[in-house]
Amino acid sequence: MSQNRVSYTLESTLETVNSAEATASEMATQAGFADEDVMKIAMAVREAAVNAVLHGNAYDPGKKVTLDFERTGDDLVITIRDQGRGIDLTSIPDPLAPENLLKTSGRGIFLIRSFMDEVEINPSRAGTEIKLIKHVHGATAGGKEASQ
Amino acid sequence: MTMKSSTRQVDGVTIVDLSGRITLGEGSVILKDTIRDLLVKGSKKILLNLGDVNYIDSSGIGELVSAFTTVRNQGGELKLLNLTKKVHDLLQITKLYTVFDVKDDEASAVKAFG
Repeated sequence: MSQNRVSYTLESTLETVNSAEATASEMATQAGFADEDVMKIAMAVREAAVNAVLHGNAYDPGKKVTLDFERTGDDLVITIRDQGRGIDLTSIPDPLAPENLLKTSGRGIFLIRSFMDEVEINPSRAGTEIKLIKHVHGATAGGKEASQ
Repeated sequence: MTMKSSTRQVDGVTIVDLSGRITLGEGSVILKDTIRDLLVKGSKKILLNLGDVNYIDSSGIGELVSAFTTVRNQGGELKLLNLTKKVHDLLQITKLYTVFDVKDDEASAVKAFG
């Protein structure tokens, strides 16, 4: 493992969600992000970890969540993988649609996309991988989103 | 920091002072239980003071929405008071800021209940 990359394998528990958030906050701070960006990165990681633990692995003690942090050039790249059945991206409603505003769930991925510069979601039968990228020196104009 | 909740009465309005984090797990459960208990006791004018809530995740947002609709469906009113910048920004980007009745002054918030 290079010095710029750290990986964790975590249980499918609520503690993992809190641990992922705390680790993301620490990593983002070390990478030199401002406080507001640190908060956004930590929250995005928390939401991704919630999805992995709850919706992906469904708290299955036999399934793990992996969390990778990597500094590549000017980016902090965070990858979260679960071992679930793979998220169905077509089933995610738009939380900003008037008919969905009063729904009590369905905002996690929206918040992740709002807080990160690039987001890739790659579902497969072996689980879902979500890659979160934040540019250390700020987003490119208007931000951008990678293909899913 | 986990969430703490306490209630007080002002001119017929139940003010719920919340502090800490409203997140998946304990924080969301405490909020849900608090609202349920207030409705059982007949309190239908509820002002959630979020001045000391420093963090909220999507589950916490969902719990706020649930509290709002649950109280409304029972003929009551729920308003929010003293949003921190973080919570304010989250409600803005999720377009919930205009759904909730948000106040920044306790006295006028209490008077605003019908």
